[in-house]
Amino acid sequence: MADLVIADHNNTALGDGTAKTVAAAQKLSSDIDILVAGENAGAVAEAAAKLEGVRKVLLAESPALGHLLAEAITDCVVALAPGYDAILIPATSAGKNYAPRIAAKLDVNQITDIIDVVSNDTFVRPIYAGNALETVQSSDAKKVITVRPTAFKPVGEGGSATVEKIAAGAADAHEAKWVSDEVVKSDRPELAGAKIVVSGGRALGSAEEFHKVIEPLADKLGAAVGASRAAVDAGYAPNDYQVGQTGKVVAPGLYIAVGISGAIQHLAGMKDSKVIVAINKDPDAPIFQVADFGLVGDYKTLVPDLMAALG
Amino acid sequence: MKVLVPVKRVIDYNVKVRVKPDQTGVDLANVKMSMNPFDEIAVEEAVRLKEKGVATEVVVVSIGVQQCQETIRTALAIGADRGILILTDVDADPLAVAKLLKAVIAEESPNLVIMGKQSIDGDNNAVGQMLAALLDWPQATFASKLEVTGDKASVTREIDGGLQTLEVALPAIVTADLRLNEPRYASLPNIMKAKKKEIASKTPADYGVDLASALKVLKVTEPPKRGGGIKVDSAAALVAKLKEVGAL
Repeated sequence: MADLVIADHNNTALGDGTAKTVAAAQKLSSDIDILVAGENAGAVAEAAAKLEGVRKVLLAESPALGHLLAEAITDCVVALAPGYDAILIPATSAGKNYAPRIAAKLDVNQITDIIDVVSNDTFVRPIYAGNALETVQSSDAKKVITVRPTAFKPVGEGGSATVEKIAAGAADAHEAKWVSDEVVKSDRPELAGAKIVVSGGRALGSAEEFHKVIEPLADKLGAAVGASRAAVDAGYAPNDYQVGQTGKVVAPGLYIAVGISGAIQHLAGMKDSKVIVAINKDPDAPIFQVADFGLVGDYKTLVPDLMAALG
Repeated sequence: MKVLVPVKRVIDYNVKVRVKPDQTGVDLANVKMSMNPFDEIAVEEAVRLKEKGVATEVVVVSIGVQQCQETIRTALAIGADRGILILTDVDADPLAVAKLLKAVIAEESPNLVIMGKQSIDGDNNAVGQMLAALLDWPQATFASKLEVTGDKASVTREIDGGLQTLEVALPAIVTADLRLNEPRYASLPNIMKAKKKEIASKTPADYGVDLASALKVLKVTEPPKRGGGIKVDSAAALVAKLKEVGAL
């Protein structure tokens, strides 16, 4: 039978998690449909139809779906579930919100955040914030799987699937109402998906210093800004900057840690980055054990040097 | 209004996790265990609701081995009123945990469940949403702000790139994210008081829930190790290296 991939989108653009989740789905089945559940999301459906290896795109639209409400998406997907062996969902904030609700409604467990497909029923997933990998086999007849997008290469474009409109399910039958969205307007990329991340630690000593040192370097590189838990706890950076086991888990192409000693809980959140740079005055700091390139010395001179060297 | 807070005993977040050589799991012997950090935030939020006069009783429930009693005591020291320990040696999967909690809710009839968004061991981020599905209650996950007025809760949630505010009718499930609050340190008098609070002891059989899982862990392995890095002697050398490996 076939697999259903639920598209990652914001009603106007298709998120790149979708093409990566299709890549994971292809390891399970060659018949792959994509569900776009949103509002005025025709352009998203057209973009999904261009992905390689997609059989058809189902488009369901309603206001509740447009706000990605878990209750509405669950109703929509559960109605489609009898036609599919596996339902694959990108592990974005939105996907993580509704996927377990779908699984429980189907009375199956969720196979969470997979990074590899071993066979039709066996998957590899990180536990303990990536400090261990679990190989898990599911005997559930229908599988609900969330996919860690950074672990799969996206499928290409060049497909020409048909787009089919389907019923969105009952409107306003739910007791969760959308009130507002407040999307942060920042010129910086989002931490979770950024290609480069510059993070600051407790060594910076104050919020002013954090702004003065970390942010200009991030802006020069077009990078997102992160922080260690120690820096957040000390009030140097807001909580949503936190990279680590209790914060965000990131895997950018380049991660630059400034004045971060490398506590276990921080390393858990960034050690899958492709290239790691550490700037720290203590040559024995644990961060150097995971860093590809280490620069030992005072950040007060080294960060300006780095800015100059970047030109 | 009654608030139920499920709490989990996990390896402390500051402990380095070691995979057992026989690949059957991670080593829990002689390792510091603590309350899951997100659950601690959930307990704090529930206790604050009680201090504001919104909640009248905060009940905590934990599922696992006898030592989970210590985790419940920690919650009682923060200010929860009483605890329920559901004893089992089985490492229950998220769906089984949700089914057990559903049975607890049938007995306790809370108006609100606040729980951590995920445990830092299994990292599933699933029980809250599953519980909401089984009960057919609304869910508000990854909460960074919670306000309860009458029979409604206004919840601000962390979403990709920003925040979303939902209004949910109670009863509802709210899962706590990091920014919701900063949990207090329990004072010594409150730790002493917690020792006298009631903890009921139950088993999964008392709730008629079978913990057998459709998920079988075949092995647990170490993630690939990072190759040793090098130290460079100047910022200019660093930039040259980064260009060489294509990182810039």
